Amino acid sequence: MIKIKNMYKIYTMGDNEVRALDGISLDIEHHEFTAIVGQSGSGKSTLMNMIGCLDTPTSGEYYIDGKEVSKLRDDQQAAIRNEKIGFIFQQYNLLPKLNVLENVELPLIYMGIPYKKRMEMCREALEQVSMTDRMDHKPSELSGGQQQRVAIARALATKPPMILADEPTGALDSKTGKEVLETLKNLHKDGKTIVLITHDNDIAAQAERVVRLADGVIVSDTKSN
Amino acid sequence: MAMKSVKSNKMRTFLTMLGIIIGISSVIMMVSIVQGVTRDVADQVAGAGTNMINVTLTGQGTTRELRMRDMNELVDEHPEIIRGIAPNISGRATVRQGTNNNTVNVVGTNPIFSTAQNVNAQIGRFINDEDVELRRNNAVIGTFNVQDLFGGRNPIGENIRLDGVLFTVVGVLEESAGGRQGSGDDRIIIPYPTAMSLFNSGRIGSYIVEATGPDTVGQAVTLTERFLLRELGSSQAFHIFNMQNILDMFDGIMGQMALMLGGIAAISLLVGGIGIMNIMLVSVTERTREIGIRKAIGAKRSSIMTQFLIESVVVSCMGGVIGIVLGAIGAIGIGNVIEVNAAPEFSIVLFSFGFAAFIGMFFGWYPANKASKLNPIEALRFD
Repeated sequence: MIKIKNMYKIYTMGDNEVRALDGISLDIEHHEFTAIVGQSGSGKSTLMNMIGCLDTPTSGEYYIDGKEVSKLRDDQQAAIRNEKIGFIFQQYNLLPKLNVLENVELPLIYMGIPYKKRMEMCREALEQVSMTDRMDHKPSELSGGQQQRVAIARALATKPPMILADEPTGALDSKTGKEVLETLKNLHKDGKTIVLITHDNDIAAQAERVVRLADGVIVSDTKSN
Repeated sequence: MAMKSVKSNKMRTFLTMLGIIIGISSVIMMVSIVQGVTRDVADQVAGAGTNMINVTLTGQGTTRELRMRDMNELVDEHPEIIRGIAPNISGRATVRQGTNNNTVNVVGTNPIFSTAQNVNAQIGRFINDEDVELRRNNAVIGTFNVQDLFGGRNPIGENIRLDGVLFTVVGVLEESAGGRQGSGDDRIIIPYPTAMSLFNSGRIGSYIVEATGPDTVGQAVTLTERFLLRELGSSQAFHIFNMQNILDMFDGIMGQMALMLGGIAAISLLVGGIGIMNIMLVSVTERTREIGIRKAIGAKRSSIMTQFLIESVVVSCMGGVIGIVLGAIGAIGIGNVIEVNAAPEFSIVLFSFGFAAFIGMFFGWYPANKASKLNPIEALRFD
């Protein structure tokens, strides 16, 4: 599903060169549940931005489903984010002025889905996270766990093959964090490719594959069972 | 989507709109009033007759007097261009009826005056050719005089005295100026030979030449000029002016004024537009994170661009509509005070609305473009 070949991301700050990604190669198969772990500054966030088509590497190649992404135009990258990747962020990143339904609807609007079909797809996504009873609430009226479930529903709305979760439990207490993790596991069972970025080894251990990053390079890549 | 942000910031949206509201309402007000005044003057001039040419004989550089029958040669020479000529003898006389008396304007003329000046009798009749030929002491009086001398009762067939001379009232003029004293409704029209003897005057100093239509006025002016030059031998001996000249001059002045006022209004619209741009830029910065989220979940540049453009166009169009309403109310209000029909024309309303939309588009472009070009990761990192 994902193929990264020899990717570098180098920031220059004054005279200093910061190698956020220092020659990374990584393949992620369809239906894999991968955790990318590392301390802050290890380059995992940069890698997540690359995987999410949010940033362009200094050099290297990146393919999604065999398509070279780094060479695509802005709008084509937007379409890939829209159709192939569902984002889940640590801070939920829901739009505060829109209600639950409208937040989930947003990616479908950008996809160009007509209203009736959109509503169906929203309902379906919200059912998956059991949030159908609060569709007209604003994010500020929901608990953190509920907000993250809405964010997951938004990520699922366009039925992307891959879910990219950046510290999805980071802002939650351990109980709701566990629930979110369960949800991700269930999605994996349903056939989604999951990429989970975290600094927490316990959480990473839940995944079937753990890729460990330090100083912009992969230091270990282990698969359980 | 764009509407939501407009609604959620009501006060700010209103303040942003204020520039556009003031700009558009002043455009509407100024243009409507100028147009109203122009229309009013044009109507008055048309009421006075644009087909006519005023000729004043100064008597300088010539010893020749032009009598009515001399002037009629002009009509006989060019009947297809000149319909007729009316003498215009004016003076003031004391009018007396019973115990009422007053000073009035007296005009001595012939029946052509009626069509040339568009002055008709509402009851009775205007003076006719027979009155002129037989030098009858008949008079047509204005509505003010009917009130003043007869207390409003029907004056037809009644007698009045002008400087002691007995006249019979044969008609009342149509009211043209609200029946006010000193206006066109306060005058007495008598046959010109009678006026000449009333004022002890041997010559006619002024004529009104009536052209056959608006298209022939220009030719009529040329012919009259040529005729007078031939007869009098000096260009010093007469003046000619035509209502159309005055109207053209007035149109020119009003056009310049409209341009100047429009320029001032345009500047205020420009300021309003900059206000919109300013607020939109603030809004883009404030909503950097929102833009980042939207981009991350698949918004294309064009989607972001459209969202912000719609927002600024909606704000300026709303300002435009409010401005149009306020401007129309203002124009009609001021119009009432200065007694001019200043209701805005539909074309101006349409133009103003279009212009407001254009301003929203023009000044919204830069902020919208800026928003659409934001880098999603930097936007997401923004707090």
